Amino acid sequence: MVEALAATRDAAVIGRLGALAASLSTKAVGVASASVEKGELVVRADRAALLPLMTMLRDDPRFAFQQMMDLCGVDFPERPERFDVVYNLLSVTLNQRCRVIVTTDEVQPVPSVHRIWSAATWWERECYDLFGVLFSDQPDLRRILTDYGFEGHPLRKDFPLTGYVEVRYDVDRRAVVYEPVKLTQDFRNFDFVSPWEGMMTLPGDEKAHETRQGITSGVPGK
Amino acid sequence: MSDIVLRDDIPETMLPDAGGENAGNRHIIEIDSHSLNFGPQHPSAHGVLRLVLEMDGEVVARAVPHIGLLHRGTEKLIEYKTYMKALPYFDRLDYVSPMCEEQAFALATEKLLGIEIPDRAKWIRTMFAEITRVLNHLLNITSFGLDCGALTPALWGYEEREKLLEFYEAASGARFHANYFRPGGVARDLPLGLTDRIAGWVTEFPRFIDDLESMLTGNRIWKQRTVGIGIFTSEQALDWGFSGPCLRASGVPWDLRKSQPYDMYDQVQFAVPVARNGDCYDRYLVRIAEMRESVKIVAQCLERMPDGPVKVQDTKISPPSRKDMKRSMEALIHHFKLFTEGYHVPPGATYTAVESPKGEFGVYLVADGSNRPYRCKIRPTGFAHLQAMDELSRRHMLADAVAIIGSLDLVFGEIDR
Repeated sequence: MVEALAATRDAAVIGRLGALAASLSTKAVGVASASVEKGELVVRADRAALLPLMTMLRDDPRFAFQQMMDLCGVDFPERPERFDVVYNLLSVTLNQRCRVIVTTDEVQPVPSVHRIWSAATWWERECYDLFGVLFSDQPDLRRILTDYGFEGHPLRKDFPLTGYVEVRYDVDRRAVVYEPVKLTQDFRNFDFVSPWEGMMTLPGDEKAHETRQGITSGVPGK
Repeated sequence: MSDIVLRDDIPETMLPDAGGENAGNRHIIEIDSHSLNFGPQHPSAHGVLRLVLEMDGEVVARAVPHIGLLHRGTEKLIEYKTYMKALPYFDRLDYVSPMCEEQAFALATEKLLGIEIPDRAKWIRTMFAEITRVLNHLLNITSFGLDCGALTPALWGYEEREKLLEFYEAASGARFHANYFRPGGVARDLPLGLTDRIAGWVTEFPRFIDDLESMLTGNRIWKQRTVGIGIFTSEQALDWGFSGPCLRASGVPWDLRKSQPYDMYDQVQFAVPVARNGDCYDRYLVRIAEMRESVKIVAQCLERMPDGPVKVQDTKISPPSRKDMKRSMEALIHHFKLFTEGYHVPPGATYTAVESPKGEFGVYLVADGSNRPYRCKIRPTGFAHLQAMDELSRRHMLADAVAIIGSLDLVFGEIDR
């Protein structure tokens, strides 16, 4: 009974989000695609048209996203525009969330949304600090989480987990000194990508496999 | 505090110009403007906050928080850990309310895995999330009191916190870094007799809240220090990304436990306290009222908690029992695979948020099909609250800035990550 209620409620929410997604992808300017993924509204947008889209999302009574809860970067080094900048929006009056994603690379700036939501300043600073994504029209684009004078952008996939410098207190010099990282043992990284994953035929075992397939008429396994 | 006027607030036309006819009658008093370094080792900075205050006499003209002194690169570390090994990092974010942080990550992982956890696990999580809420508010309210000069609440509060930490210890084996809520349920079932002890606490604790209130709520000094200090309207609070008690104190009735319920919050009855003025005193009152509601939720959890398994019965995700491992080869293999390789999470992304005691704590989790998160963005609550510090404390006295920091409930473990 309770589960059935919850299921109808979820279905209603997803239906409403689906309608929003449909209206966004057909009518809104600068929206590349809008869909409902895992029950969450995801909008992929064009970087150049971000500001009008965000203003619309905040002010249009169908969306009414009064709050920008979060902004973060995701790095995909193999793509030409390697960074995703993800905005998580929340509407407290309509009880709905939305995720707006734009892409960029190391040099092309994303328009800052700090005039739409004041909260954006620190999130944009954080994204700049950790990924090196630039935000245009952001008056306060300083580093925020890393050390004063830090170099590099630590959450990029090509930044090593161990970093480049380490600090310690030097007794002789009576000061904190920065030194290159010295590892007593090489950093070990196991990827657990199994070469056997999804492989039905073992190398050198093809003949047996064919025979087996003949018996079980194409159904692999067992 | 609006009677204090800063030089910047005076319009050009009001300023006496040097050659004007009234120049002789007016006096400009130049107050020495200087900057003040508050923290990072200041007891009222609640950790390692470095606040650079530009003072106009004793009035704050600008507050610039410098954060990151406790940055440990949690998000980067998580990208190199399996999902199971990533979980303990969440205890170390907001170390005052560890289990609620775990809950966000567990829920996000479960959503990507597409699994539904057993009812008993949901009830245990709901109960411990509320115990965590009391744990957090006890520390916040009492240390907030300490910031404003009230010592006794802190001493009393620590005694009460100790009782709750014993429940933590009984359930998970650790007082703070519990590592108890796991993707797929909770680590282990509650030990015998714990529910009776919690039931005893539920009957006693409301009296303690009364005692605590008798010291603060009506206290003249306390009200002088907090009423009308750090006022935020609901528009401001929404604009600055506020959530939790700070948002509710500004008059926005918003609670994720009600509006987007998770675990068993849609099954329990509780009220969401909302205040209207958005000052430090209201933030305090909301937290006090929330503690009373939390006790009610814990009581309902105890009453309605069924027997049964506490984690999903899929040994690809939750470890097999010790008993099975002694007998079954398969269970042994599962155990080994789970603790070395972990489980692979299908590709996808989710932003999952919970109502942590401080507000919305979110996890944006991107999985690429491997056994490690591709990206795990943690949305700390205090980050947004601290950002508004400049707006909140402008034109206030230096001592009021301390009260505002106390009322925002900042913990640098989560802000700096």
